[in-house]
Amino acid sequence: MTVSEAKAWFVREVLPLEATLMHFLRQNWRNASELDDLRQEVYARILKAADENIPEKAKPFLFVTARNLLIDRVLHERIVPFDAIADLDNLEVASDAPGPDRSAIARDELRKLTAALDRLPPRCREAVVMRRIEGLSRREIAERMGISENGVAQHIRAGMNALADMLFGEPSELTRRS
Amino acid sequence: MTSEPLLYAQDVNARATEFLERREFGDWTDIDEGELAAWLGESKAHCAAFWRLEAAWDRTHRLAALKAERLERPFSADVEPARPWFRSAAAAVAVAVIGVSLGVYALWPQGTVYRTPVGGREIITLADGSQIELNTNTELETQITKDLRSVRLIRGEAYFRIQHDEARPFVVMASGKRITDIGTVFTVRDDAGSVRVALLEGKARFDAGGNPVVMKPGDKIIATADRLTVSHDLPQTLAVDLGWRRGVVIFQRTSLAQVAAEFNRYNETKLVIADPKIAELTVGGTFPANNVELFGRMASEILGLHVVHRENKIVISR
Repeated sequence: MTVSEAKAWFVREVLPLEATLMHFLRQNWRNASELDDLRQEVYARILKAADENIPEKAKPFLFVTARNLLIDRVLHERIVPFDAIADLDNLEVASDAPGPDRSAIARDELRKLTAALDRLPPRCREAVVMRRIEGLSRREIAERMGISENGVAQHIRAGMNALADMLFGEPSELTRRS
Repeated sequence: MTSEPLLYAQDVNARATEFLERREFGDWTDIDEGELAAWLGESKAHCAAFWRLEAAWDRTHRLAALKAERLERPFSADVEPARPWFRSAAAAVAVAVIGVSLGVYALWPQGTVYRTPVGGREIITLADGSQIELNTNTELETQITKDLRSVRLIRGEAYFRIQHDEARPFVVMASGKRITDIGTVFTVRDDAGSVRVALLEGKARFDAGGNPVVMKPGDKIIATADRLTVSHDLPQTLAVDLGWRRGVVIFQRTSLAQVAAEFNRYNETKLVIADPKIAELTVGGTFPANNVELFGRMASEILGLHVVHRENKIVISR
């Protein structure tokens, strides 16, 4: 599989599952500070596997990978908490249930996007809006905000990370409702 | 099981963000492209981190689409006022005024009248180099002689950038209130007799009959016939009120009722919130001021509200 195929698959099939994945990791891992590392490791593993062959169903594949990773981690710890293993075995890896219809998804995504934007810190939001809506350059944004170009870069970078976390890492209203 | 070196998500993420941000701003060469490709090739974790950030960031293209729609419209882009106003303003005064005439100016000497229609915007440059930018549905009269510089705001809103002149102070009148520049950038708005003045730079004096108020940058005054409120905002916050100079309206936790009032200043097609319960809903966002249809679409798509077009109205209900 080519890199662009892998990327398209990852963005289309895997990223939308991130909120559920994070929920799963949170439920089954005590150390919250390691969640981002776990997520990264899960992604790295599935991309490596996808190099050979794109799995037919992303969801079970992702969760089996996550489960195996947690078991690996647990086994590498000196003291294995028994309940951790028990929980893992009881994991329900949901199959692909029929989802909400496309327009509901699109609306939900837009709502999420604007809500995410609204929740950025004010200065960060300002920089992101000037960039994405008004298409200003880094220098122009710096002038308008009265800060250095490096300051603009910091705001934009913070915005990029916060948006990814909010868009992918948090459950949407549709998932919560269902 | 894993053959990759231990990579901390935080570090990988920081590097991925740096790549994405640099590429976003276009200072990006073939060398950078090569560097990114090599970095992505190093590890699947790098790919995942970069693709994830990129996918989220790309999603904001839905917001960028707003801009494209705006630029297709005639009124906005060509009159982008000089940004250096903000920089070189030590000697300049900018004032925006929205005004409603009280009609008590019988003694006012004949001057030059400027007008914009609903949805219009215009910049005028006076003989002394001062500039006045008129917002939608605005009318004002200028009076410039060798001893006197004054503007009477008859209706609407304007942004003034005044060349300071010790000997000839610049005076703006709105609904009987008087704003005098003392080397300043400020805006004045008069909304049915309620006059709002925001000072962006320098100093100005606001005079409503009682003791005059000397304004500092960031000061905002709201004066009605019997009441005067002074508040202080960061200049960045005040900038929200100046979105119109770029052809946009900016909302931050603004109620739908206020959103409708704001759009209706700029458009002949009026936004009507038909249900008092949803009038309290708050929204945020930046919209082209002249594209109320776009807002209607967003209200339908994002807020899930019921939007109906009827003659010159867009009616929003539950």
